[in-house]
Amino acid sequence: MAVKTNKASPKKTNTIKLKFDTSWSYAPAPESKSAATINKQYDLFINGEWVKPAGGKYFDTINPANEEQLSEVAEANVADVDKSVKAARTAYEKVWKKMPAKERAKYVFRISRMIQEKARELAIIESLDGGKPIRESRDFDVPTAANHFFYYAGWADKLEYAFPNRVAEPLGVAGQIIPWNFPLLMAAWKIAPAIATGNTVVLKPAETTPLTALKLAEIIQESDLPPGVVNIITGAGATGAAIVNHPDVNKIAFTGSTDVGKIIQRAIAGTNKKATLELGGKAANIIFEDAPLDQAVEGVINGIYFNQGHVCCAGSRLYVQESVAKQVIRKLRDRIESLIVGDPLDKNTDIGAINSKQQLETIHKYIKIGKQEGAELYESSCKLPGKGFFCRPTLFTNVAQSNRIAQDEIFGPVLAILTFRTDDEVIEKANNTPYGLSAGVWTDKGSKIFNMTKRMRAGVIWANTFNKFDPSSPFGGYKESGFGREGGLHGLSAYVNTV
Amino acid sequence: MEKTIKKSSLSISEDGLEKKTSSKRLEVLKTYKIYIGGQFPRTESGRYYQPVNVSGKKMGNVCLSSRKDFRDAVVAARGAFSGWSGRAAFNRGQILYRMAEMLEGRKAQFIEELIQQDSTKTKAEKEVNLAIDRLIYYSGWCDKFQQLFSAVNPVSSSHFNFSVPEPTGVVAIIAPQGDSLLGLVSLIAPVIAGGNTCVVLASETKPLCAVTFAEVLNSSDLPGGVVNILTGKPKELNEWFVTHMDVNATLYCENDSAIQSMMREKSALNLKRIFFYDTVNWDKTKGQSPYFIMDTQEIKTTWHPVENIAGAGGGY
Repeated sequence: MAVKTNKASPKKTNTIKLKFDTSWSYAPAPESKSAATINKQYDLFINGEWVKPAGGKYFDTINPANEEQLSEVAEANVADVDKSVKAARTAYEKVWKKMPAKERAKYVFRISRMIQEKARELAIIESLDGGKPIRESRDFDVPTAANHFFYYAGWADKLEYAFPNRVAEPLGVAGQIIPWNFPLLMAAWKIAPAIATGNTVVLKPAETTPLTALKLAEIIQESDLPPGVVNIITGAGATGAAIVNHPDVNKIAFTGSTDVGKIIQRAIAGTNKKATLELGGKAANIIFEDAPLDQAVEGVINGIYFNQGHVCCAGSRLYVQESVAKQVIRKLRDRIESLIVGDPLDKNTDIGAINSKQQLETIHKYIKIGKQEGAELYESSCKLPGKGFFCRPTLFTNVAQSNRIAQDEIFGPVLAILTFRTDDEVIEKANNTPYGLSAGVWTDKGSKIFNMTKRMRAGVIWANTFNKFDPSSPFGGYKESGFGREGGLHGLSAYVNTV
Repeated sequence: MEKTIKKSSLSISEDGLEKKTSSKRLEVLKTYKIYIGGQFPRTESGRYYQPVNVSGKKMGNVCLSSRKDFRDAVVAARGAFSGWSGRAAFNRGQILYRMAEMLEGRKAQFIEELIQQDSTKTKAEKEVNLAIDRLIYYSGWCDKFQQLFSAVNPVSSSHFNFSVPEPTGVVAIIAPQGDSLLGLVSLIAPVIAGGNTCVVLASETKPLCAVTFAEVLNSSDLPGGVVNILTGKPKELNEWFVTHMDVNATLYCENDSAIQSMMREKSALNLKRIFFYDTVNWDKTKGQSPYFIMDTQEIKTTWHPVENIAGAGGGY
């Protein structure tokens, strides 16, 4: 940290206001749209071909940063779902499950390579369609998606080492439904392990962010993957329901809200369908007084404002030890002032557009509830663009454990700050939630880290870091955050029967 | 009660003088109670039922447990969870071994009860032996399955990252109706070996050795509340085993598709993990495996930065 040497009385270093270069402004550094091609219209990708939807209906997908239409995509109905499941079944029985595993692997490797080749285009489309900053789609979403395919490709012919004393067999046809917060990455998380282990796939991207999944379909077509192994169909909730309810689907993999996850679990009761559900979260991020506070503040900022807070594992509840609460809150307030909110395609942007009008309304609803419940609101004073869906980075102090902003998943750039005194108290508070997806802890004491990481009931724990992901690292929740893991060795179990 | 008055094996009288074996001594009957939080209460409902064996003999006045008993048992199990899951895995292994020792010592009683519950002497002996061996088997797994199912993940960034199994919490078990001892032990052992606590509903028609097994648990250094055993009717209690909001997982063993469907549907309430063991043969080798332990485990992944000494990017 910069040392201040003016005539003011010397203060403790960590109480000095952080200087974030306020005298310099950033010139716009927009990424060019010309490196990306988006068709005017997209059909359904079934059995290796682009097929018109049976109902003949299309819906718009817009750029949430300026509300302009980007393209229109087909709406798949029950007949289309049936067609894609049939294609997946045929590909499974006739081709994919019979193919030697090492050959299967090479297709998956090839897809990974092609994603890398088209990384720039994919990143641009991801930011256009979903509103996330280009810096994130370029440096995180797209490379991690490619790496996920590369990682699982290598597992295809090594499954006998993954399940000691058992033989792993594919499940058959997997129906996969993914959300709008990491559209391409979630497609990769779903498709890569499924096809590497010998399953075939019907995947439905979210209705507000279908474009990168459709671009992935183009890549898959280009990769010569046998027709029907991966089918990608677009639509909204009704299309998803048709996939879940299709009698010839063996496995449902869903990432999304806990409410919909429960509906799916109910819908597949009485069937033999297997499921993995990766659902909501309300992660606790805990700062102890001995933590390196500046790093912790950066971690908290990354934890809640990464991807506009549209992250199921976002660190949306901050627990600060009372002795340092004042300092931490001050630093956080200073820091959110410096976050750049605006054009997702600008390489300097920290916070892009909220994914949809509907989501922006949900966030506004919760901000209102937070105020009504008596919490103290602080938001950045930044200007918001005139068009599009934007939200200032926001934090609430004086939040009570029972407040809805401390209990409900908001899925936006809204941080609830609470305080604590002792280890036992903060564990009790952190675990007091029906969710259990992720958690974070900041302290310089190693033994305290392990005490905390052991006692927090969540599937992913970040210690002195936050929001890190890797293809080799399993991800998934405890309790109502769902079941099953994605990523790593443990992510294989979701797509095989072990006999 | 049609319990036969058996000949006493007593051959020495109280004053030490040898006496003729008396055929008049009245046998002391056992009250079959339930097991909650390390205590043997009767059901709070005051209700009972009389399971009958094939020859038409009533086996006793067995507690007909209520929903409230189940809830009390869940409270006990939840209370015992942090202590039990926090024990050293090695210590859990020793306690499971101790359970096997205690079961071995009471072998005769279990054989007798199994015979009352329609088993033959040979079959009963085999079942008790298998149950003892199964406890030993899982005793050994207590501090080993973690090594087998953990991973250090080679992430690309500068972090140390590892994944370990952790117990899911409170597990509600509806024990198989058939193998009243072996089935019960085969379900309880992997659940508690992994550090969970549980509430078990014993076989409705064959509850005797489940209650006696609770006495084994009670003398095995197993902390109260880790295993709670109820007797009663699955028909009455099935639903509460999947709707209770403080239960993390439910295990069910019968091949009843209507009940399985109901259970899976209701489990959505708090997204319980649910497993149906209706095709498992508990007396075969496939009736035991560390994969049963893993069914009630969660995988926790922990990240921590590794300082980059030479490169940029500091410690955090």
